[in-house]
Amino acid sequence: MSDVVVQLTELRKSFGANEVLRGINLEVKRGEVVCIIGPSGSGKSTLLRCVNMLETPTSGTVAVGGIELTDPDCDLDAARTSLGMVFQQFNLFPHMTAMENVTVALRKVLKRSRSEAELIAGEQLARVGLSEKALSYPAQLSGGQQQRVAIARALAMGPSVMLFDEATSALDPELVGDVLAVMRSLAEEGMTMLVVTHEMGFARNVADRVIFMDEGVIMEQGKPADVLGNPSVDRTKKFLASVLGTH
Amino acid sequence: MSLSKRQRANLLRYFVYAATLIALALLIFIVDWSKLSNAMFKWRIIKEQFPDILTKAARNTLIFTFFGFIGGLGLGLILALMRLSKVRPYRWFAATYIEVLRGIPLLVTLLILGFGVPIATGWTWPNMYVQGAAPLALVAAAYIAETIRAGIEAVPRGQMEAARSLGMSYSRAMITVIIPQAFRIILPPLTNEFVLLIKDTSLISVLGVTEGTRDLAQFGRDGVGKFANATPLVVAGLVYLILTLPLTQLVAYMERKAKRVRR
Repeated sequence: MSDVVVQLTELRKSFGANEVLRGINLEVKRGEVVCIIGPSGSGKSTLLRCVNMLETPTSGTVAVGGIELTDPDCDLDAARTSLGMVFQQFNLFPHMTAMENVTVALRKVLKRSRSEAELIAGEQLARVGLSEKALSYPAQLSGGQQQRVAIARALAMGPSVMLFDEATSALDPELVGDVLAVMRSLAEEGMTMLVVTHEMGFARNVADRVIFMDEGVIMEQGKPADVLGNPSVDRTKKFLASVLGTH
Repeated sequence: MSLSKRQRANLLRYFVYAATLIALALLIFIVDWSKLSNAMFKWRIIKEQFPDILTKAARNTLIFTFFGFIGGLGLGLILALMRLSKVRPYRWFAATYIEVLRGIPLLVTLLILGFGVPIATGWTWPNMYVQGAAPLALVAAAYIAETIRAGIEAVPRGQMEAARSLGMSYSRAMITVIIPQAFRIILPPLTNEFVLLIKDTSLISVLGVTEGTRDLAQFGRDGVGKFANATPLVVAGLVYLILTLPLTQLVAYMERKAKRVRR
């Protein structure tokens, strides 16, 4: 039993003539928090979406927990239950309460009973600090609260990896902190996380490894202090300078 | 004398008001009101329409509408899903079905299915209600399918992605996440389809309905023959309005509400 949870091999993805991912090799170990940074259009979101096969790679392999998702015979629906995904736009189901958002997949996919599902959902809502909002509809919640419900929804399935796709980019600045705090506590509990983010502070303080992507390839990776503090590639230096201002 | 843009607009508006008043006055003086009310609003005949026009004719109209709509909704949903399917033959079938049945007048479809098919095959319709409602449902399905498809496409893409990322299959995601939201979006146009269907049932009488299965329009026409007077048609028209007005008001209300929610 290897310690590698996510393994990407020679991953390529094209949209028409536009090659967005150009040969990505990446391993994520159990309990590791990996932050992916890079300019917009660098392919980092596409990379994340390939991990749970929301985008079908053009070539290369994706394996999660030893199961090869790119194998045409793979039961993707079953495999996806071990991959929690959090979206930039939250994507809560607007016609369901927070509680129903968290329980729906437990009941319909994992076939848990209603009481069992509500017990799990109650725990996860408490974990993100929203127990009292269980009966609210998404439209009644702030962006930050919606995103925390979305995190609870993904966690309820008991995933082995959590994928965060710019989870705080659509939030008002004052709401970012709550979501980052939840992500941080998840990391501290030992959750394996793959995080596409623009939050350099989060990457610096929480990540075990930072990956800098540009033009569909991994340009540089390593410990946050090295990649963010002492980048060896020119593109990384330029990107960090533009993100952090004069530095 | 030169007028500003606003002055010209005001002048035009007063002119339109004046013209409308003159037209109304002419109408009041020229029309022979006693003759008109004699031919169209005869109280004695109005009274004779009741209660049969409600207990029989309106009831039949509603039965045709109800089964036409339920059938159309079910088949329309299937057709909409086929149009959005990845399987090409499904898409082709649904597209052809929708184009053909939307392109042929309901009257012609009614006649082909109601008369043509029994003549060609020797098969007979079990009863008048099925014979009338089935073609109505088949045509309604074509229109409703397009409405449902538009509703499904109006649900943000992220909803399907979120559902799939939780391990739901495509059909499970459709049933629990996409379709409930789509129906919320299309409730006003769907109610509209229902109103159109109420009125379309008036065509079913070309199939030669019996005394017991007469709908509102046929009931009115029979009354015209019986009394040699147009009053029964006017009453039938009013009953149609009683059926449709609450629904069209409901649509207007839903659309106002939807606008408010969207900010």
